[in-house]
Amino acid sequence: MKALVSVKRAVDYNVRIQVKPDGSGVVTEGVKHSMNPFDEIAMEEAVRLKEKGKITEIIAITVGGAKNEETLRSALAFGADRAIHIKEEGEIQPLTAAKALAAAFKKEGAQVFFAGKQAIDDDANQTGQMVASLLDLPQATFASKVELDGNKATVTREVDAGLETLEVDLPAVITADLRLNEPRYLKLPDIMKAKKKPIDVQSFSSLGVTPGAGLKTTKTSAPPKRSKGIVVKTVDELVAALKGKGLL
Amino acid sequence: MTSASQSLLLSRRDLEFMLFEWLDVEALTQLPRFRDHERATFEAVLDTYERIATELFAPHYQKSDREEPSFDGHTAHVIPEVGVALKAVAESGLFAATQDYAFGGMQLPCVMEKAGLAYLLAANVGTAAYPFLSIGNANLLLAHGSATQIKTFVEPMLRGAFFGTMCLSEPQAGSSLADIATRAAYEADSVLGPQYRISGSKMWISAGEHELSDNIVHLVLARIPGPDGALIPGVKGLSLFIVPKFLVRDDGSLGERNDVVLAGLNHKMGCRGTTNCLLNFGEGTRHRPGDRAGAVGYLIGRPHLGMSYMFHMMNEARIGVGLGATALGYTGYLHALDYARNRPQGRAGKDPLAPQRPIVEHADVRRMLLAQKAYAEGALALNLYCARLIDQMQAETDEAARTELDVLLEILTPIAKSWPSQWCVAANDLAIQVHGGYGYTREYKVEQFYRDNRLNPIHEGTHGIHGLDLLGRKVAMKQGAALDVLRNRIQRTIERAATTDDESLRTSAGALGVQLVRLLLVTRRLWEAPDASVTLANASLYLEAFGHVVMAWIWLEQLLTAQGKSGDFYEGKRAAARYFFRYELPRIGPQFDLLTSLDTTTLDMADAWF
Repeated sequence: MKALVSVKRAVDYNVRIQVKPDGSGVVTEGVKHSMNPFDEIAMEEAVRLKEKGKITEIIAITVGGAKNEETLRSALAFGADRAIHIKEEGEIQPLTAAKALAAAFKKEGAQVFFAGKQAIDDDANQTGQMVASLLDLPQATFASKVELDGNKATVTREVDAGLETLEVDLPAVITADLRLNEPRYLKLPDIMKAKKKPIDVQSFSSLGVTPGAGLKTTKTSAPPKRSKGIVVKTVDELVAALKGKGLL
Repeated sequence: MTSASQSLLLSRRDLEFMLFEWLDVEALTQLPRFRDHERATFEAVLDTYERIATELFAPHYQKSDREEPSFDGHTAHVIPEVGVALKAVAESGLFAATQDYAFGGMQLPCVMEKAGLAYLLAANVGTAAYPFLSIGNANLLLAHGSATQIKTFVEPMLRGAFFGTMCLSEPQAGSSLADIATRAAYEADSVLGPQYRISGSKMWISAGEHELSDNIVHLVLARIPGPDGALIPGVKGLSLFIVPKFLVRDDGSLGERNDVVLAGLNHKMGCRGTTNCLLNFGEGTRHRPGDRAGAVGYLIGRPHLGMSYMFHMMNEARIGVGLGATALGYTGYLHALDYARNRPQGRAGKDPLAPQRPIVEHADVRRMLLAQKAYAEGALALNLYCARLIDQMQAETDEAARTELDVLLEILTPIAKSWPSQWCVAANDLAIQVHGGYGYTREYKVEQFYRDNRLNPIHEGTHGIHGLDLLGRKVAMKQGAALDVLRNRIQRTIERAATTDDESLRTSAGALGVQLVRLLLVTRRLWEAPDASVTLANASLYLEAFGHVVMAWIWLEQLLTAQGKSGDFYEGKRAAARYFFRYELPRIGPQFDLLTSLDTTTLDMADAWF
């Protein structure tokens, strides 16, 4: 069984994000990047399933510029067998990325599409869902437990009311939530082995995808600073203050 | 303003500057041993070290200090987080990083390994000591052990299944290893080499006992009696033995418990995460392998050459100590900087209603931060430079060039150990000062950095011992060959800087040139003294002045690398170098004056007058 695991290069989770002075986005130049942590969890799950003999081949895939090769090398060091780099510079719209991922999935004839539930840069939470819709596949998002059995997957997912267990027919899209697993640390010898694993370079045009321009970012701004609090002397004053702010 | 990278362990930007811009580590990939590497693999390695340091080492830094190891009469207990962190270190292959592919290594250059280890040391020096000692132990055995010794003990150490120690000191013999009394009596030949029975006590043994690994491989210095039963006195009579906690069977499985027991734990000021032990060998009470008293030990190499083998590990350990001191100085600096940027206190003008300014805006706070930056970045640069020399030396095929690198490392080792151990402790002292009252509380880490770092001028040869080593041995060795090599390198840097069109570079080069000449004159003057006691009376002062000359050179090298490059990072380098040349280098003038005068104040003082 082939699994395609989507890995995105994102600003590292330890970096304190800064908004560009002109409000056109956040500072990414000279900032540490690493694999989106949710994608890493998806990657770890695929590797564990391969170790259990449920998956036979893992293909890591990413959409983005030349620097994304680092992320694919990490995925290969993690345990992916080979990788696909849909190499496109510049801003990429979510729907365009999803179309390209869907096209690659189809081309590979994979059974499972793994991804993180969202990327920590834009928090859009839509790639997995879009890929499922584009391919008309069942989807099990926010997975906290995944079992593969024959042509079915049993996925426990985290929902507001607790845990929900779904059974989906394969092929399917599964997106990973935080508590699915704890990813391993890369082994140094695997970093060397990863260098020898193949990366197949593709493009939107080679996959028959026409980039769209559905979304336009008009402004990026930092969250407002917490304003100074006030001290009230009595409960009545507190009630009045809350009413004044329309909170009661 | 604040940089985008917020790690409070080390500055990745600075590491990249030193490794890739200055030391040109990428050039090592031209060597056959490193040809599979490229910058990307080096960066992936740093990522792995940084991540394990951040996620598994740093979180239990204060806990392992508060809950120090305990002794139940048999073994030492450490908090479970240490085991979890070290398991990840083992599984990631960090124990074997520099070793051959055949040993599960990645043939990483030493300089990259040291850069990675600096993350672990900055995050939690107590936990990092376990792999540090094991790596040094494995390297010694790889150089001097037999094939079966390597297979039996080194391979499990490189997998992280066994940990290692070095057992030199005894309760009555610390700095004076010539007084070691532990004995080794020949028993029989074995597949693991000539087998002896060891008896004696070893003191200050870091990682000497714990249950973090399946086995512990002690390297023990002991004396073999001659045919007449008499011991050969002095360091020349010492031999080196492998004494495992558990004997290992031919198939690699663990056998009998060896006759080595924990007599007690030392209760230290800092570095508490590392068990520090008094070990008794050959008590014969609790464990009697083969139903006999005496710890089973296997001779390494030939008898009576123990010290020369041990120096292999000690030189590595000394640079390692310098790196540990550096890492603590560096993380302390970043903590102080972060605090200074976020702590509002005081105003620019006299308006009491104006908002307070972060303390980083006050000149005196900047002075303290600049001093820390100059100490920590300078120390890191020197340590990485030494590690780069090791890589170069190991690859060098030309005998003369190899000897040159070897003597250069010999003379730089006491500086790489002692300079960070002195000045990065001073940096931690300033980090506390920047924090004010908060820095004096245990809620902030800086007081622990200071306590942990305070060990470094003491172990692996005290500050004073390294002064004697430098002045008494290293500058004089091979008719001053080591000092010549160093002088040539410093002069070449001075010449490069003196011929630039950058006035501040030329000024710094001039200042260093003056002190270099003085250093050479002072060295000659000291060696012309009427007797050795006068020569060596102020060896510690000589070590400090020598260290500042070396550090000025290291800063000049960094300045040259930063030349013509703009941006906050490079401005920061220039400012720290300027601080060093203005505030630090002039300090050594009075030290040279005193040394030149062959002052005998300390010699003339009598015990009874105190």
